[in-house]
Amino acid sequence: MSKTLAPTTGKKGFWSTVFAQRELVIMSVPILLYKILFSYVPIVGWTMAFQNYKPAIRSIWKQKWVGFDNFVKLFTGLNGERFIRDIVNTLGQSVLTLATGYIFAITLALLLNEIRSTKFKRIVQNISYMPHFLSWIIVTGMVSVMLSVPTSGGIINDILMRFNLIKEPIMFLAEPKYFWGIVAGSHLWKELGWNTIIYLAAMTAIDPTLYEAAVMDGANRYQKMLYITLPGIKATIVVLMIMSIGMILEAGFEIQYFLGNGLVVDRSETIDIFVLTFGLQMGNYSLATVAGIFKTVVSIFLISTANFISGKLGEEKLI
Amino acid sequence: MEPKIEDVSIRIRHRKTDVENIVFTTFNTLIMITLCVVMLYPMLNTLAISFNDGLDTVRGGVYLWPRIFTLQNYRVVLKMDTIYDAFVISVLKMIITVVTNLFFTSMLAYTISRKEYVLRKPITTIFVLTMYFNAGLIPNYLLIKSLGMINTFAAYWVPNIISAFNLIVLRTYIKTIPESFVESARIDGAKEFRIFFQIILPLCVPTMATIALFVAVGSWNSWFDTLIYNSGKQYLSTLQYELQKLLASAMNAGNRTPAATGADAAAAAGGKNTTTPQGIRAAITIVTAVPILVVYPFLQRYFVTGLAIGGVKE
Repeated sequence: MSKTLAPTTGKKGFWSTVFAQRELVIMSVPILLYKILFSYVPIVGWTMAFQNYKPAIRSIWKQKWVGFDNFVKLFTGLNGERFIRDIVNTLGQSVLTLATGYIFAITLALLLNEIRSTKFKRIVQNISYMPHFLSWIIVTGMVSVMLSVPTSGGIINDILMRFNLIKEPIMFLAEPKYFWGIVAGSHLWKELGWNTIIYLAAMTAIDPTLYEAAVMDGANRYQKMLYITLPGIKATIVVLMIMSIGMILEAGFEIQYFLGNGLVVDRSETIDIFVLTFGLQMGNYSLATVAGIFKTVVSIFLISTANFISGKLGEEKLI
Repeated sequence: MEPKIEDVSIRIRHRKTDVENIVFTTFNTLIMITLCVVMLYPMLNTLAISFNDGLDTVRGGVYLWPRIFTLQNYRVVLKMDTIYDAFVISVLKMIITVVTNLFFTSMLAYTISRKEYVLRKPITTIFVLTMYFNAGLIPNYLLIKSLGMINTFAAYWVPNIISAFNLIVLRTYIKTIPESFVESARIDGAKEFRIFFQIILPLCVPTMATIALFVAVGSWNSWFDTLIYNSGKQYLSTLQYELQKLLASAMNAGNRTPAATGADAAAAAGGKNTTTPQGIRAAITIVTAVPILVVYPFLQRYFVTGLAIGGVKE
């Protein structure tokens, strides 16, 4: 009997608990409402995807409804070609960025971990963290200088020409085939040092007796790195990789916005730039919103998948 | 006899590992030095160009040290009214964002760290979900517009008073504070807000410092909010946005010729016409980058621990 009664008492209990905890409620609920306004209410704007939205008409409800027309428009005809090209660019750039990011950050963390002098290690770490704090505007500005012709400060062409690897300077920012690499390279320069922090933190958690035991068994430095350090940070690597699956459509838009130009647009334009161009420059809010929805839906699907895989592998669930 | 043989083999093995160690350490050190050079060169090069005579820079070959030293670039930059105003706005924007963000994030983190709080779960879920989706550029823009915040200073900080990631980091940290601190205060009759303000907040300083750094860097480095919300009012412009405009105009004008820009005109008005867009750009880049690079060494002992905590969710 008491069990069947439990829900009602529970409900009654809920409101009296809320009242009893009113101070906590006052401290938290306004912030919650704020968050709902700023992060959830804008989703109402997704109705634009089903309308032929005209900014001149003020109310969102007085727009003309067009069903799934905009979705069809996004994937067919000239827009479709452009959008699919942009999906390919987004995926290509982000996969290249993630792959190089992981490989270099893990390698650097392993090498940093082998430095015996704490002072030298700290200096190297501090220098490598620095670019993380610079804005993309500054970074892309530097990248464009470094990649320019030698007389404009293009150190890369300068070095290549000095070693006689090339005769004429390469116009890196004017040739489409280099663009994905430039995106990945810029990310690498900016975030490499910063990304090692989490691996180095994981390495400090490895039991030192494992290394002692390995030395007793005659393991050398490389064997210790390969069979103790690397497995010791495996869990961290796996979690970060799974988390990045959900980020695969986030190729960033700043590099593309600043360094992209008419000559390389075929390889530089990403979904974000598409949204920006159609939304802010052409005033086609509907198509921009559809592209944004596409990106969000795919991301949520990927995150759920990642979360599922993570659970299967016995790792921590992300959500 | 046996021990001797073992001795010898151990000695050989030691010698082998010694050689290996030396080779490895040498290579590793070389790699690290290369890394540092690659990381530092673009920054030092910009610094050198910012102190080098503009027309001389165009000849090329300025690497790590100015060839013809001048303060002219900085003189021109610091005389530009737009840069001065933008600097003030950038600083204000950063301070207000950091203060409001720390206050609201820590207060909410405290409430959702209380195990007995009934709304703990729903609030946490609602915030965590926002880490994974975004309504998108246009809907967000329309929200800010309908709130009447276009071309106002509010558009800089109101949308940023709390972030889900920092909330989780701080909540995880607060949970490690022994319950007895809160309980004893409660027995003494302290109200929740006082417990939060006088007991929890002082204990959170290291994590708060990390979050402050992240928020400050994010605010200082942002330019997109200026572009989409506040580009209509020059007095609301930020340093990053001014730099971006300058870089964009330089890129359109073509990098190689010292095209006449506003900066050149300003220099001409100042008397000596020895500045070029390259030098001006370098000087603004340094002015924009230095505040962050100066602050971060003081906070960096905190952020490593802060990041480690952030890695451990729930």
